[in-house]
Order: sequence, then structure tokens, then C-alpha cells
Amino acid sequence: MNLWQALEPAQLIALSIGVPFVGALLVITTGKFPNLREAVTLITAVILFSIVLAITDYTFNGIALQADVVEIFPGLGISFNVEPLGVLFAIVASFLWIVTSIYAIGYMRGHHEDNQTRFFCCFALAISSVMGICFSGNLLTLFIFYEVLTLSTYPLVTHAGNDAAKQGGRVYLGILLSTSIAFLLFAVLGTYALTGTLDFRAGGIFDDSHNKVVLSVLLVLFCYGVGKAAIMPFHRWLPAAMVAPTPVSALLHAVAVVKAGVFSILKIVIYIFGIEGLKDLATTDVMLYIGAATILLSSCIAMTKDNLKARLAYSTVSQLSYIVVGALLASSIASAGAALHIATHAVGKITLFFCAGAIMVASHKKNISDMVGLGRKMPVTFAAFAIGAISIIGLPPMAGTWSKWYLAIGALEADKLIIVAVLMVSSLLNIAYLLPIPIKAFFSKPAEGAQPWSWSETKEAPLPILIALTITSVGCLALFFYMQPLVDLINLIPGVSTDMTASTDMSASTNRGEG
Amino acid sequence: MLEQHLAALPIILPLIAAPVALILGRSVLSWGFATLVSGLAFIFSWQLLTAALSEGVLSYAVGGWAPPWGIELRVDVANAFVLLAVTAISTLVLVYSKDSIEKEVKAANHSLYYTAHLLCLAGLSGILITGDAFNLFVFLEVSSLATYTLVSLAADRRCLTAAFRYLVMGTIGATFILIGVGMLYMKTGTLNMLDLAGRIDLYDSSRTINTGLAFIMVGVSIKLALFPLHMWLPPAYTHAPSAVTAFLASTATKVAVYVMIRFIFTVFGIEHVFVDMGMGLILMVLAVVAIFKCSYMATVQSNVKTVLAYSSVAQIGYMILGLSLVSVAGLMASMIHIFNHALMKGALFMAVGAVFYRVGSVDIKAFAGLGRKMPLTMAAFTIAGLSIIGVPLTVGFVSKWYLVTAALEQDNWIVAALVLLGSLFAIVYIGRVLEAAYFQKLPESQGSKSIKEVSWLMLVPMWVLVIANIYFGIDTTLTTDAANSASEWLFQADAMSESKVPEGQVSENHVLEERAQEVSS
Repeated sequence: MNLWQALEPAQLIALSIGVPFVGALLVITTGKFPNLREAVTLITAVILFSIVLAITDYTFNGIALQADVVEIFPGLGISFNVEPLGVLFAIVASFLWIVTSIYAIGYMRGHHEDNQTRFFCCFALAISSVMGICFSGNLLTLFIFYEVLTLSTYPLVTHAGNDAAKQGGRVYLGILLSTSIAFLLFAVLGTYALTGTLDFRAGGIFDDSHNKVVLSVLLVLFCYGVGKAAIMPFHRWLPAAMVAPTPVSALLHAVAVVKAGVFSILKIVIYIFGIEGLKDLATTDVMLYIGAATILLSSCIAMTKDNLKARLAYSTVSQLSYIVVGALLASSIASAGAALHIATHAVGKITLFFCAGAIMVASHKKNISDMVGLGRKMPVTFAAFAIGAISIIGLPPMAGTWSKWYLAIGALEADKLIIVAVLMVSSLLNIAYLLPIPIKAFFSKPAEGAQPWSWSETKEAPLPILIALTITSVGCLALFFYMQPLVDLINLIPGVSTDMTASTDMSASTNRGEG
Repeated sequence: MLEQHLAALPIILPLIAAPVALILGRSVLSWGFATLVSGLAFIFSWQLLTAALSEGVLSYAVGGWAPPWGIELRVDVANAFVLLAVTAISTLVLVYSKDSIEKEVKAANHSLYYTAHLLCLAGLSGILITGDAFNLFVFLEVSSLATYTLVSLAADRRCLTAAFRYLVMGTIGATFILIGVGMLYMKTGTLNMLDLAGRIDLYDSSRTINTGLAFIMVGVSIKLALFPLHMWLPPAYTHAPSAVTAFLASTATKVAVYVMIRFIFTVFGIEHVFVDMGMGLILMVLAVVAIFKCSYMATVQSNVKTVLAYSSVAQIGYMILGLSLVSVAGLMASMIHIFNHALMKGALFMAVGAVFYRVGSVDIKAFAGLGRKMPLTMAAFTIAGLSIIGVPLTVGFVSKWYLVTAALEQDNWIVAALVLLGSLFAIVYIGRVLEAAYFQKLPESQGSKSIKEVSWLMLVPMWVLVIANIYFGIDTTLTTDAANSASEWLFQADAMSESKVPEGQVSENHVLEERAQEVSS
């Protein structure tokens, strides 16, 4: 498995960020030859994944990887430190990058998009900065790559170049940059002023000597400063970002960018505040309930959306708050559930977006009301959609079951019954707004004359698209049965554990609740 | 021989060269000559900085007359650092201006332009290096008069009213400074800054000295365009030739900020200015208002040069805010921002000048579609714009980091939050230009087809500054070291000058010194 043994462990980190970056440059140089350019993208993605696997190998063997790159401020600079949570996110992002690259080739060509070189270049840059976020060793590094990610995805969001794209890009950049500068940077600097360090440490860097009121304020600043986590009321950028081409929505706005947000919050909670330290803060519960409200409200908004991508976007807002809630429950099982949800939601939601894009390419349909009966023409796509939807809802035998399971147990352990209720109601809402789409596509007939376009010519999307969405929907299934490696990885995170021996009797009751 | 007079060279050289440039007459000749001279001045100031970093203070007695009777030139880390930035920008702007002024200045005035530029450079270097309060006023006038000329050289006749307005305000400022210096001379009988510092401390509370302080502070505030005395700056920057704006925006106001630092820290002493006279709060409030008011003004302008001009006034607010914190960290943040802001604004104004060169207008509408037609220029504008916003890996981030850290060090959370909130405006005013450049279509007209990238003579200086924006945003060793030792030196020098007080007052002085250290830590 370890192809990269010849290299120093620390060099691997540099490679994981450098490879996609070099890939981006190569994409520019090979821009005139589309086939070569796409080959570069795919090869880069595969190399990156193998590097991340090598890093995973080291993590399982307990070898700590560390690298200090450059000192920007005295005693503080860009440094990397591999820890299990980051590895988990890196695996998810780099694996799905391969799949998305396959998909993007089919989509961009099938849709005859312009500026494909810029598209693939920015995509690789975005992945490069995601790797930086994954392996960041201190808050400064996290912040830097967080901003680079925002900027490198801006050209992707505004790819179409029309007024709608401009408007969407304005909201996207406006909210993400403003929150990160006004809140996140402030919180980072405040943390630095209080503790004199920004390193991620097991158990957190704050101790009892710090003023709890100040820490409570910092927590709120962190939660809202990470605008990518899309906690209401700073969630508007995510629906706005849906003007982007679908591969962008799929990988970046269901996986990489939004998960970078919740990942940051999870990382800050675990390594800056410490799960234990969080319990004493007054605002933990406030943010917890804001997160819970986000879950329900955005599910309700999702129901009203007829545009498929908009509905999926609000669904993402809601699912992201699962992770925020899991982090803020301040329980080790809930944190494990939150970390797991990064992976399970990623495969589920990317499948849904792939399907949305496939429908768009094949039939040029964006609205759900137009998709009635389409399942007969595109059976593979809608079957995949159903699988993804079930995974998002959290029903067996799909991956999403596990993360909701741990989140619910965590909520019970923390004695927050209301959160358990929110999770269950949210599952019901998910059923209400996701499942009717494939059901109507398969079992209803379109109304007479409702299809002005050439119905007979509609067929499945191009092959690369189908391959990609098959892989991810199989992934949803596979992760249900082979969850153990990911769980093992999560158990390596200090202070986080899926061990529920302490709460066996409670888990029985959740079992009934979910059934 | 040369080394002995090193301290005087950055002043003397451009001063002598200025009339020569006029005599050379032909545009290309005087351009080459002026660039060469400015380049030499840059090399000398580099040597001065290394000398100052290793040896501390270099003192040079002009004409061999020993201070405090003669004029003294004093080079320390603080002014060598600013001098380096000034001469570097001057050289780059001169390289850039060959093409730029062809479009914006009448051919007959070209050699006059280079002459005025060299005079301005001589004046600015003089202000920085001199250790004599009256001499400082003289050099201030040398640079200001040259600046009025430079502003009025534009082919657009609106520059004349702008230059006149600048002239009136600038002269009022200069007069105030002169009156202030006169009052100090009246009371102390000396003009040498160090000597002044020692003698001012002898007076516990003198109305004449306090009035002098007030006059000098107001005069300098006009020169550095501190809100609300900034009204001359936007029209002057808007209507001056682009190369002039790039030069002035990144040097002239910065030097004026330096003058304020020098008067506060070296001449009057922090104790007197901030504790007795309570200037700290006044400056802090004005700086914060400047940041918000002028950043807001920048977002509603339609002329991009005016946008950047208002942005400059706001950025000056950041510098003054840093020094109003009265700590080594705060002063260091100001010094770093002086340097960094020169890099950002220089690059931005050069990019705007390049647009004017091709399109003939700097209205925000004129930027439509330039992202495709002038990719390198707009990329430079984008990166420098991100630097103004304060995105990580650019110098703007470094400045902001130090400023906020300095505020937090004193538990001043409100100021820290205001600094960060103020920088959000930059997203809007830079974003508007970028949206026009990258999202709007080029208007269909005859002229728009011929728009293409400018020549390398304009691109190279622009990109040198852009790369410096990124380089100094990642490797901050040079800037932070120099700024740190400069600010530590300024605080020390202040404490030193107080210790020169005669024996009778030693005990009281001891207390003073302790309080100064408290303030500084």
C-alpha cells in the first residue's frame, strides 16, 4: 500500500499540497489539448489519493508527521501536523476528487462549457488548499488555506460569467470573506493574545486561568467566523454558490468547501477548546440550539424549492449543522458522529449532485416538477438518486445510518433530548423533500403535452457521468458494511471515541426511536 | 571618501541632479538620467540601512559644523527603513513613468517632470534624514513645491484647481509647522532635535511649548492628510498624472507620518504628548473615524483613482492608529504599514495608470472587459487589491496582524474589532473594480479593439511591487526586524533624551522614565 516509502514522512505533507498545485500549473500548460489536460487532472488526482493513503498508513502506525514550512511571524508560521481527523477529511476529499474529475469531464463536455482550462486549474488549486486545511498544524495555517480556498473557488462559482453568476459570486465572496476577516481572524488573534500560541493540541490550549466569558465570546466568533459551516443566518452563500457548474456544486459545495468549514469547527472544538473545556462555556448551548434551529429551518426551506440544486443546497445547510451540533454537544461519541458525518454525508450528497448534473446534461431540466416520469428514461441516474437520498435520510443499509446513530447517542449521553428530537424530525423532513423525487420519476407519468422538448431523444447522461455516480452510490452502500476502518481512524482522535459501553441501555432506546 | 559622506548622499545626489535633468532637455535623456540617480540613491539608502542596523546611529555634521550649532543629519534604523522604501518606489516609478507621462504630460514638460520628481525625492530624503527641526521644514517645502508642480503637469486642466487646492492647504500646513518650530526656538534657543528634546524636558509645563506642539501636530496632520484635514488629497491624487499619484501615494504621506512619529517620539517625548497633552485619544478617535468614513467614501466613488485616494486616507488612519496605541508593538505596526502600504498603493496606482494609458479613462466603467484585454495589468491590480483587503500571504495581512495584535496586547478589544470591520469596506471597493474588469463586456466601439497590454516598461515595475507584496507577506524578516528595531530605538531614544536632564531633577526624571516604560510595555 505504501508506494511512497522512499520519501521522508514530512515530505509527504508537502507533496499532498504540492501535487495538486503542480497539477494546476500543468493544466494551464496543457490547456490547448483537452485530452491531455484531462489526463493530467486524473493522474494528479490518483497520485494525490495514493499520497493520502500513505499518510493514513503512517497515522495508523502511530507515526506523527510534522513539517514547519515558513515562519511568517516570530515563532509563528505555516506549519503542518497530521492528525486523524484531518486524515479522515483528506481521504474523503482526495478520493472524491478522482470521481468528480471523471464526472467533470463528462459534464463539461456534455454541457459545452467555456473556459474549461480555468475550471480544471481552479479546481486543482481548491483541492490543494483543502489539503492544506486538512493537515494544518496551527490556526494561522488553517486560516491562510481557508482564505485561499475561498478565493480559488470564486472563479468556479462565477464560471458562467453572466449576471446571475456575478450576483451569486458577490454573495459568495462577500459572506465568506467578511465573516472570515471580521470574526474568524478576530477570534484567531484573540486566541493568540490570550494564550500566545495557535498550535492545535490534544485537549485544547485554553485552561482554567482564562476568562470564561471571553472564551464564550471566542466560541461564537469561531462558529460564525467559519462562514463555510453555513450556520444560519450566514448560510446565504451556499444557495448562491449553486450558479456554479454542477461538478463544482458536487465536490466543493457538498464536500470540500463546506466540509472544510465544519471540519474547522470540529478541529477548533477538539484541539483549541478541548471537548471538556467546551462544557463550561455559556455560549456552547446557545450555538448548539442555533445549529439545531438551522437543521430544521433549512429543511423546511428545502421543501419549498422546486429547483433541484437549490433544494440540495438547503439540504446541505441542514446536514452541515448536524456536524456543528455534534461538535458542540461536547461529548466524545457525538464528536465521533460528527467526524463520521463528514464522510457519510459527503458520499451521499455528492451522489445527489451528480444526479442533478446528469439530469441537467441529459434533459436540460432544473426543476423538480419537470422530472416527473423521467426515471423511465434515466433509470441509473434516478436509482443512484434514491440511494443517495436514503443515505442522507439515514436509513440502513446506507452509510448515513452510522453517523446519525452516533450523533443521536451522543445527544442522549449529553442529556439533550431535544437534540435527539431535532435529529429525528429532520430525518422525517429529509424523507419528505428527497424521496418523492425518485418516486415520482419512476412511478408517475408526465402530464400530456407537458414535455415540449424531444422526449423520445432523452437518454442517460454520457458515460463518465454514469461511472462517477455509480461509484459514489456504491460507496454509500459499501460504507454501511465496511465502516470499521473509518471508525478506527476516528477513535485515534484524542478525546473522541465511539465506545458506547457507558451508555448501552440508552442506545437501546435510540434503536427504538429510529426504527 | 564616499563612505564618509554616505548619510548626505541620498539628499545631495538628487538635489544636484535635478537641474541637470532640466538641462538635458530631451525626454529620453532626462528619463535615463533621473532613473539612474534614483537607483543610486536606492543603493546608498540600502547601505545606510545595513550600517544603521549594525552600528546604530550615524551622525553627519553638514559643512563640518558640529551639532547642535550646525545642521546635523542623523540616520537611524527608523528613518533608514522609510528611506529605503521611498527610494525604491521612486526608482520603480521613474522606470514606469517613461511611457505613462507620454500620454498624460505634454512633451514640452517632460524634462520638467523629471526635475520636479528628483527635487521631490531630495526633499523627502532630506525630511527623513535631517536631525534639525528647521531644516526639516525647509526640506518639507522643497518636496511640497515640487509636488505642486508635479500635480499640475497633467494634460487634463482639472489638475490645475486640484494643484491649487493642494498648494493652499499644503502651505497652511507648512506655515503651521514653521510657527510651531519658531515657538520651540523662541523658548529653547535651539533647532537640533536631540538638543530640543533635552531642553523641552526642562520645562514642566510651558504654554509656548504646548502651543508649538499643537501647531506642529496640526501642520503635520494636514501634510499627512489625517481626517478631517484630508480634503486636499482626493482631488490631487485624482487629477495628477498617474505616475505622480503612484509616487506621492506611496511616499509623500508616509514621510509625513514619519515626521509626526519623529516629533512625538524624539522631540517632545511620549510622556509629554500622550500623558500630559492627551494626544493619544484624539489621534485614536480621528484615526478610527478616518478608517470608517474614508473607506465608506471609497466605496461610492466612480473614478477609480478617487477610490484609491480615499482608500489611502483610510490607510493613513491605520498608521496613526498604530502610533496612538503608544506601545512598541503599535509603533512597529505603523512602521510596517508605512512600508507595506507603499507596496500596495504603488502597484495599484501603476495598474490604474496602465489602464489610463490604453483606455484613456479611469472611470469604473472604463474597466469593463479589461480582464481579457489587459490580463497582466488586471492580475496585478487583483493581487494588490487583495493585499489592501488583507488576505493572507500578502503584506496587507501582515500589517493587519501586527496592528490587531498590538491593540489586543493592551486588551483594547474594541479597537481590534474596529480595525477588522473597517477592512471589510476594502472588499467592496476593490470588488467593484474587479467585477467590472472580469464580468462586464468590453463596450463595442472602434477604439476598444486596439486595447492591448501595456509595454514591459510599465509592467515590470508594477510586477516588481506585486511580487514584493507577496514576498514580504510570506518572508517578513526584513520588514519586522527593521520595524521592530526602529520602534524599539524610538522608545529608547525617548527614554535616553529624558535621562540627559541635569542632576537636580534626577529623582523626578527617574519616575518619568519608569512611567514611560510602563506606557511602552
